[in-house]
Amino acid sequence: MRDLIRKLVESYGPSGVEEQIRGVIRAEVEPLADEIRVDPLGSLVVRKQGSDGGPRIVLDAHMDEIGVMVTYVDEKGFARFTNIGGVRPLNCVGARVAFADGTMGVIGVDEKRDNTGKIPKLEQLYIDVGATSRDDCPVHVGDAAVFVRPFVSQGTRLIAKAMDDRVGCAVLIETLRQLEDTPYDAYFVFSVREETTLAGAQTSAYGIDPDLAIAVDVTTTGDKPESQPMAVALGKGPAVKVQDSGMIAHPKVRDLLVQRAKEAGIPYQLEVLERGTTDAAAMQLVRAGVPSGCLSIPCRYVHTPSEMVDEADVQNSVRLLLEVLRTV
Amino acid sequence: MILRELSEAVGVSGDEGDVRTVVLDAIREHADKLHPVDEVQVDTMGNVLAFKRGEGRQRLRVMLDAHMDEIGLMVVGHDSDGFLRVRAVGGIDPRLIPGTLFHVGPDRIPGVIGIKPIHLLTDQESQKVSKIEDLVVDIGAKSKDEADKLAPLGTYAAFATPFRELGPTVSGKAFDDRVGCAVLVELLQGERFRCDLHAAFTVQEEVGLRGARIAAYAIEPDCAFALEGTIADDIPKDKDVSPTTELGKGPAITVMDRSFIADRRLVRLLTDTAEELGIAYQIKQPGIGGTDAGAIHVARGGVPSVTVAVPCRYIHSPVALLSLDDFNNTVRLMRESLSRLTRRTLSRD
Amino acid sequence: MEVIPLLKLLSEADGITGHEGPVRELLRQTWQPFADEMREGKLGSLIALKQGAGAAPRPKLMLAAHMDEIGLVVTGVEKGFLRVTRVGGTDRRVLLGLEVVVHGQRDLPGIVATRPPHVLPQEERKRTVPWDQIFVDVGLPAGEVEQLVAVGDLISIRRDMVELKNRHVAGKAMDDRACVAAVTLALEQLGNVSHAWDVFAVATVQEEKGLIGATTASYGVAPDLAVALDVTFGKHPGVSEPDAFPLNAGPTIGIGPNFHPGLVNRLKEVAESHEIPYQMEPIPGRSGTDAWAIQVTREGVPTALISIPIRYMHQPVETLVVQDVERAGRLVAAFIAGLEADFLETLAWDRG
Repeated sequence: MRDLIRKLVESYGPSGVEEQIRGVIRAEVEPLADEIRVDPLGSLVVRKQGSDGGPRIVLDAHMDEIGVMVTYVDEKGFARFTNIGGVRPLNCVGARVAFADGTMGVIGVDEKRDNTGKIPKLEQLYIDVGATSRDDCPVHVGDAAVFVRPFVSQGTRLIAKAMDDRVGCAVLIETLRQLEDTPYDAYFVFSVREETTLAGAQTSAYGIDPDLAIAVDVTTTGDKPESQPMAVALGKGPAVKVQDSGMIAHPKVRDLLVQRAKEAGIPYQLEVLERGTTDAAAMQLVRAGVPSGCLSIPCRYVHTPSEMVDEADVQNSVRLLLEVLRTV
Repeated sequence: MILRELSEAVGVSGDEGDVRTVVLDAIREHADKLHPVDEVQVDTMGNVLAFKRGEGRQRLRVMLDAHMDEIGLMVVGHDSDGFLRVRAVGGIDPRLIPGTLFHVGPDRIPGVIGIKPIHLLTDQESQKVSKIEDLVVDIGAKSKDEADKLAPLGTYAAFATPFRELGPTVSGKAFDDRVGCAVLVELLQGERFRCDLHAAFTVQEEVGLRGARIAAYAIEPDCAFALEGTIADDIPKDKDVSPTTELGKGPAITVMDRSFIADRRLVRLLTDTAEELGIAYQIKQPGIGGTDAGAIHVARGGVPSVTVAVPCRYIHSPVALLSLDDFNNTVRLMRESLSRLTRRTLSRD
Repeated sequence: MEVIPLLKLLSEADGITGHEGPVRELLRQTWQPFADEMREGKLGSLIALKQGAGAAPRPKLMLAAHMDEIGLVVTGVEKGFLRVTRVGGTDRRVLLGLEVVVHGQRDLPGIVATRPPHVLPQEERKRTVPWDQIFVDVGLPAGEVEQLVAVGDLISIRRDMVELKNRHVAGKAMDDRACVAAVTLALEQLGNVSHAWDVFAVATVQEEKGLIGATTASYGVAPDLAVALDVTFGKHPGVSEPDAFPLNAGPTIGIGPNFHPGLVNRLKEVAESHEIPYQMEPIPGRSGTDAWAIQVTREGVPTALISIPIRYMHQPVETLVVQDVERAGRLVAAFIAGLEADFLETLAWDRG
């Protein structure tokens, strides 16, 4: 799966500009699909029709990543920017970013600012693409860029930008690959815009009208030095979400995941996330309601350019999804 | 000028009746007799939904949205001296309230908001901004009873700014979003487009994009354009930073704001059209504000959307300023873009 | 039906946001005699239909009161102590020293642990304890706790309802079980009365998490009209007009963008003609109640809000006056009884 993950994380796809990553994913899944479509906001929907007229299930992972968008190019050709999704100024200083056409930039910080001891605000940062003036600057207001970091594997740890949620996409793709038969009418949704508005998952779920939905996304861990207390740790198995700031997992879905993990001897953890949410929060509100849950892949340094997951957790996530899909 | 009537109409979020009357009058009584609007209805929240059929085959359903409501105040109490206690309806900047004139209630009773005179304040106190909870509206009532009779609980108060023509620019209140309504009224006049036009003059945008949400659900459009009046912060500053939009630089197109991300194909349609015809346009500073497109784009299975706005200085204050050239160019850009809009525009290659 | 025993039953029932099973079952039994049909929504809201008289198709009215309450959830187990966080808007200022019930493998009595002031530095004594320093102690050895309690287990507040003077009662979860009680009383009163509209009484789930039940249940029911019932701020020292309302002056009727003026006026008329005391509650924007979600369901639903004033909201001593609950119930019943089959037409904004 390493090559697949590498391919996905190194692709370009900030929230709202997902064409490139969608193309990459489409190439992987099209041969495996009974039906495939792109819905109005750009989510990729792959249907794997079950043998049995069983319940309709959505398995969802988001294609988009956080990034930055140019808000203004000053006289000297430096670009001010705003965040696309949850970007922390702390992770920006000295970072490299790449635009859709490959143009690279470095993020600098205003040297003359009020309190150099404090973390700078986004307004005090800028992107330097090496231009000399507004006129010769190759980037313009509205252009979006993503952070640049190559994929690295070390032991069982995998490190890259956009593990959130390309690793989830990889899990869905691999599940689709290994899926033989299922009684479910299964929809694999690669959603857009999770990092900004959850609009992709919401509208895709509306279009599908499923009986239940499971989002596959990353979650943070409590196993780093001086971590905020949190029960999830790297390498201890996929996490079954209990609740996060946007939703409470439906007990039926949560119990289903726990049950299948126990029966198949797959290690798992239970997760309560204080701050942050996933596509599942949007899917549960669709129409008359969709019982929803989330399978979380433990990840350190979420929303930094070096997100770290454990390969075993990733593989166990695939196993768990296959167990869920095996029988109703 | 329709913008004058729209600006001077009183319609705080939840109480848009006055504006609704102006809009209905414009599109029904004074509609283009050669190319009239085909259907007009008012829904459960008070949105005006007008339908103008297109002339093409396999017609696209295009939603055009502009909101009728403005920010204002609501009476929540009366004190024993006859002053009105109020709260904000929508996002009012408390710095702009002291010293302002208001129209209170359906009879437009004049009211003023004043604060403690500076003579009576220490230097430190005079630096503080009063919260709306601490301000009162004075309508000259002598007692709690009289105040209650004249302005019972729930009464709305709006800015009392008259519309003025200054030459190339005009000033007035509620350009957010009466200018959008004016653009939409203009677009409903004249020849039919190839696509079906579903115009929604919506309510309650300022308190949470409320009217647009149910309008989009009802219309089920293939794509949507929200028409707005937006921030122009092009006054002198001591740093080289974004003005958000500038007066005189043409309609402002939103690529991304706090409520949604625009569909790039619709943005391209607008910019290609503008460039082809030499119409000035600008890209609004990304990441600022929110519009009805935020509610529309997530209706049902999703609606590709974009916002096009007329730049307005002081948009959040009792009196805003805009350029008539920008207004006309916005109408022109929209009209030309709608003419070029086909199913191909929305295809994915 | 006696109101105080009903309030006691509902207040003391278990039903934390997202896990409303126990209170839903209780309500199912309580509403059984008054409902023609009952079903559960996809996320667990209880939907009871009391059919109107007259030929189908009958217009639909939805009543909504939320049955969930705030609580805590276990986020970790450390040396036998439970780390916790809130489910819904639990106020940590009132947690210290509280008695709770931990719903592990079995129900375990617990206490929210506190450090005595004697050992704390001055500044800490003045601050509210942050969540990561709040623990629950079930008084058992660590090994046993690890067997019995897991991450994700729920913790409810243990509080029996108490009767104060002058028909005041205090307890947990009056937000919003007091309104569930009012709806129950209304359903009971409607048993003797003919009404034209179909009435869907919905006990919604997860209001405290984000109006989750109301959003989805109202999509499913697709009503023509809706009245939500929730609690509002009751007056007490430190909380006064215009932000709060006196107890025992009747329920409030919301006025503002969230509510259809025609519906508001009808409720006022009904209250006046039935001599039910009421107060007007101006709400300039988001009402923070199920009404906010219901109003924008599908193509829109004309909505109103009736609120019962309670003191000390989100604290385990929520206090109200029993008469206000009775009045809210009577107002709803009288409103429904008088609702003409063609009432909806009178709500049109534009008459041509």
